[in-house]
Amino acid sequence: MSTLLDVAGVGKSFKGLRAVHDVSFQVSEKEIFALIGPNGAGKTTTFNLIAGAIRTDTGGIRFAGRDIVGLRPDQICDAGIGRTFQIVMPFPDLTVLENVMVGALHGETDVAAARRRALDCLALLELDTRRHVYAANLTLPDRKRLEVARALATRPRLLLLDEVMAGLRPTETDRMVAILKRLRAETGLTILLIEHVMRAVMALSDRVLVLHHGERIAEGTPEEVTADPAVLECYLGSAPV
Amino acid sequence: MIDRLFGDLTRAGLAALAAFVLLLLVLPGFATGYILSVTTIILYLAFVGQAWNLMLGFAGLLSIGHALFMGIGAYASAYLFARHGLPPIVGLIVGGGLAVAVGAAISALAFRFAIGGVYFALLTIAFAEFTRIMVDHARFLGGTEGLFLPVSAESRQGFDLFHLRGRPEMFYYVIMLLCLGAHALCRWLLTSRAGYYWRAVRDNPQAAEALGVNIFRYRMYAVMVSSGMAATAGVFYAFFYNNLFPEQIFSVERSIEMTLAPIVGGVGTLFGPIFGAFVLTPLGEVLTWAIEWLQHEEIIGKQVKVDGVKLLFWGIAVAAIVLLQPRGLWPWACKRLGLIRAPEDREEGR
Ligand SMILES: Nc1ncnc2c1ncn2[C@@H]1O[C@H](COP(=O)(O)OP(=O)(O)O)[C@@H](O)[C@H]1O
Ligand SMILES: [Mg+2]
Repeated sequence: MSTLLDVAGVGKSFKGLRAVHDVSFQVSEKEIFALIGPNGAGKTTTFNLIAGAIRTDTGGIRFAGRDIVGLRPDQICDAGIGRTFQIVMPFPDLTVLENVMVGALHGETDVAAARRRALDCLALLELDTRRHVYAANLTLPDRKRLEVARALATRPRLLLLDEVMAGLRPTETDRMVAILKRLRAETGLTILLIEHVMRAVMALSDRVLVLHHGERIAEGTPEEVTADPAVLECYLGSAPV
Repeated sequence: MIDRLFGDLTRAGLAALAAFVLLLLVLPGFATGYILSVTTIILYLAFVGQAWNLMLGFAGLLSIGHALFMGIGAYASAYLFARHGLPPIVGLIVGGGLAVAVGAAISALAFRFAIGGVYFALLTIAFAEFTRIMVDHARFLGGTEGLFLPVSAESRQGFDLFHLRGRPEMFYYVIMLLCLGAHALCRWLLTSRAGYYWRAVRDNPQAAEALGVNIFRYRMYAVMVSSGMAATAGVFYAFFYNNLFPEQIFSVERSIEMTLAPIVGGVGTLFGPIFGAFVLTPLGEVLTWAIEWLQHEEIIGKQVKVDGVKLLFWGIAVAAIVLLQPRGLWPWACKRLGLIRAPEDREEGR
């Protein structure tokens, strides 16, 4: 399988705090790749670096063979990377449908076609019955689903999901896992996800990268990393694995 | 197309809109000269209000210097007509083009350097003030002595649309068509990709950007469309009033005046600016009569200035709206009268 995303030695400091330090990994096409680690490990920062929301201090990022460092977030979206935000960012004065239509209008000028695509994405995320609700009035789990639907509507090749299962009940988590698996099977979507819910990580991921204090401490299959002493060590006193 | 543009209206809403348009069309048939001139001013304010609302209400960009764009249209068309005998359509193209270019330049400056929110508003005021001072010193534009458009008693009787010289009815119909045209344009823009993108950028620029929206470009589009509309209003203003003074045209009061109708009617709504103008201007007229009557009866002294009282009244009106109906009177009226459909009642793909 060919490499879709190649993160090579990226680093980012905030006023002397090393949020991400010399992190490298590769995500292959159609892979589901998980990024885990305790709070403050630098996972979201890594996402922001890939998505162009913040600028890297060091290192390179290539997507589909192309250097994407320095591109604006909308250009990264154009390149084929869709993202969600851990702190959800709905458009509050737009309905759920309109929120997703904004995503669906990416590379699509026909509003009616975008509406159809948005409805498909909403159906997939089981949000279709909520489509006329203003996003400001959604519950948190629904907002998380909206984040996914909206990013998916942009037709990405790679989807970055930042803790989209946080706050979901176990049955809802299982549904989300099933949806993501189906997406990969049907559309060949590649997924890079940050997740604390180990149930989802174990069920979904082909490979897992563990970050701690901004550094990579382990990488492998879910089974391998959960058996890794260094990983168990870093999680002690934090969320149990 | 009808569904796309008017899909948000209920049957009652559509009927109300049709009745409103019909009333506007036949109004000169029975209105007195006074009513016609007040309605002309209302429609003018409704037109510039829509231009201003497009920026703040749709794209989330606050301008308090919109007199700048209006003034560019007014001065360009007046200058070309008074000094070179060129018809207002040339003035509209030149003035409109200039205003759009200035709007683009201000946006480029602001958004390149990430000047947003209140600082963007301050920048618009600064440009309006700067332009006022420049025009004060521009001899070819009449400077502080003003720029006057040639007008004859005979031309006030005509209906010369091409030169915009004619009877009050002509000006009434011109601004009415501009106002309704602006409404149609806003409806069309808001239901197009640009409209969705504008509202996304307004609600959350960071999220919009992640969804592939070039926020710099779409903000710039909003400023350009809005400044072009304001410049069009300026052309009308110049030919309607026939005299231009920099301290009147480019004043902060003129910019504030443009914001009142949309704020009262409902920022971000389609009909709010029109509704707001129809509510506010008649109230202002009533206020003027009341003060004049009180002065005539010597209940209050002549030192009370009508303009000052009006300003005070606008201040109170805006404060009351912001406190009591922050979304404006129009959404409130719509709910009361059932003119707008809830989102779930707008059928998909209609
Ligand atoms: N914009 C920022 N400014 C300053 N510090 C930040 C910023 N973003 C993240 N950090 C810090 O960087 C570290 C990593 O944060 P983050 O990437 O959000 O962790 P995670 O997502 O793994 O919980 C934390 O210590 C956090 O406080
Ligand atoms: Mg995080």
